[in-house]
Amino acid sequence: MSSDFFIPDPEGRIPSAQGYFGAFGGKFIPEALVAAVDEVAEEYEKAKADPAFAAELNDLMVNYTGRPSALTEVPRFAEHAGGARIFLKREDLNHTGSHKINNVLGQALLTKRMGKTRVIAETGAGQHGVATATACALFGLECTIYMGEIDTERQALNVARMRMLGAEVIAVKSGSRTLKDAINEAFRDWVANVDRTHYLFGTVAGPHPFPALVRDFHRVIGVEARRQLLERAGRLPDAAVACVGGGSNAIGLFHAFLPDEDVRLIGCEPGGHGVETGEHAATLTEGTPGILHGSRSYVLQDEDGQITEPYSISAGLDYPGIGPEHSYLKDVGRAEYRAVTDDAAMQALRLLSQTEGIIPAIESAHALAGALEVGRELGKDGLILVNLSGRGDKDMDTAARYFGLYDAPADDAVEADDTDATDTALGAHQEGTK
Amino acid sequence: MAGNVELLSSVLAGAKAEGRAALVGYLPAGFPTVDGGVRAVTAMIEGGCDVVEVGLPHSDPVLDGPVIQTADDIALRGGVKIVDVIRTVGEAHAATGAPVLCMTYWNPVDAYGVERFAADLAAAGGAGCILPDLPVEESEVWRKAAEEHGLATVFVVAPSSRDERLAKITAAGTGFVYAASLMGVTGTRESVGREAQDLVARTRATTDLPVCVGLGVSNAEQAAEVAQFADGVIVGSAFVKRLLAHEGDLEAGLAGVRELAGELAKGVRA
Repeated sequence: MSSDFFIPDPEGRIPSAQGYFGAFGGKFIPEALVAAVDEVAEEYEKAKADPAFAAELNDLMVNYTGRPSALTEVPRFAEHAGGARIFLKREDLNHTGSHKINNVLGQALLTKRMGKTRVIAETGAGQHGVATATACALFGLECTIYMGEIDTERQALNVARMRMLGAEVIAVKSGSRTLKDAINEAFRDWVANVDRTHYLFGTVAGPHPFPALVRDFHRVIGVEARRQLLERAGRLPDAAVACVGGGSNAIGLFHAFLPDEDVRLIGCEPGGHGVETGEHAATLTEGTPGILHGSRSYVLQDEDGQITEPYSISAGLDYPGIGPEHSYLKDVGRAEYRAVTDDAAMQALRLLSQTEGIIPAIESAHALAGALEVGRELGKDGLILVNLSGRGDKDMDTAARYFGLYDAPADDAVEADDTDATDTALGAHQEGTK
Repeated sequence: MAGNVELLSSVLAGAKAEGRAALVGYLPAGFPTVDGGVRAVTAMIEGGCDVVEVGLPHSDPVLDGPVIQTADDIALRGGVKIVDVIRTVGEAHAATGAPVLCMTYWNPVDAYGVERFAADLAAAGGAGCILPDLPVEESEVWRKAAEEHGLATVFVVAPSSRDERLAKITAAGTGFVYAASLMGVTGTRESVGREAQDLVARTRATTDLPVCVGLGVSNAEQAAEVAQFADGVIVGSAFVKRLLAHEGDLEAGLAGVRELAGELAKGVRA
């Protein structure tokens, strides 16, 4: 089994040589970055053809990450889903606590192959940043993480984790001071320092080849889960469900099921306070095609092409763009996307915690809430696979405030008793496993 | 009505005939207000700029440093729209007769509609567009519209551009070539490095288009230095800084813009 953790798309049909998934993707970057982005694409093609690359990555996935990740059936949770059977793909059990490590290790090896000594990355509030800092510590690479200032303040613990791992964390003070702006600032750094720096992009967005490259490093999720479910349940699922911010864990789960036309692929977008309120980050549900961070995809924007501010309780999903392959899958009808509100996600987070003893990330809880809905739609014979993309330790402060779990007689407790005040206090910018 | 690509070429040729580099100034539209921005762009020309670029403020200016980011933020908070940007181009051109380009990230053009944007910019008297995040490979639709409407398509080249790529880019461009003096975002720098001179030489080897150098130039001394080896000197953030320095006092800001344009104009003639 250990020989097949790194499994690039065997079909190889999309994207096109220019990086297009249908009408989406491409490479909208400044001239100063063209050489560097082309170098990443060339090195990745060489790496794919090099058995030593696959061998090294496979070894890391087994002995460092802990792959394959478990597949866990959750019958007590599923009682709330109309009796459908639900299995969770446990990416939360990976080293560093989310699926992000899959992509990070692959790109860290590419960084070494390119002879670059410095890595930069964006992070919503820490998951991709912690994974990147981890890989840089492992390989002796200099590491700088860009993080919106609001997120560094609210997620001080993850900032400390990254610094403990030896990374420099820069609080981004421009724009809305969140994930989108962290990406902007990382691009500015890359333009200025591209000679020795690799931008270790954290999701399946960005210019070609990142959407395909990041997808390939996460394909293992669906490949493993498909095999595990066939062994355990004796058939393919009726639906594979994942949360989507930028879309990396979702594409990782979906991709191995693309040829299985009877398997519905369902992405759960952050519905925030409800798409009707305008306070959401449901890019595929509410967005229009445009260009953000180097590729054409659905984007939350106004009629002048200005990017609008997203909102989600989960900073990891709090992003106004989406990977181009998801836009393609939506438009060709192969995948479907639905919005899940903050409240539905938080209820699903508590439900899984108290029925199965698994505390999920708030991001992943969006997928769990979606699975509860889908289960009720499918009825008793339904079989659902959910990607549990990350663990929820990082979200305990948010959850404790949301549910009023703190004992302290401080303002927090008062706030937590008042739903409206709690929502406001939680704000737009919590931790992420986009 | 056709755009003013030919005016742009003749003004650049005129500077060359005088044995000097052209001075190209940049300011974003809507900064500090739409009307104030029109006056500021006009002041750059009155002060001595041969050509001006009007920036289209964007929510996500990934190629701009803190100075232009600040100006873009002010303009967007003030509610500037694409129609205001086009109006700024039109009024600055009408007031001065100078060639006025638009510099914009690609998404606003894409959202507004490529054909509509080209038509409206040309109708306003615009001379062309600089599209710094639209690589030549993705530019065909724009170039077709630009050609139809008499607009220049100015591509940016960078020190990292290999020679064969330079040839491909300059073959597709019109008006002039924007040579980025260094690897980095917009902003003033202490010095403009040798990289710029090498890039200009390598670019000239591929094209007869004028090659103008931008990024980092902020004073007459630097302008004079760059003018020794380039066909034009592009200055942006330094103009924005003059306006920011007099925030709340537009007349003083405009005087600062005129003064800087005058100094730089002497620089390119040194």
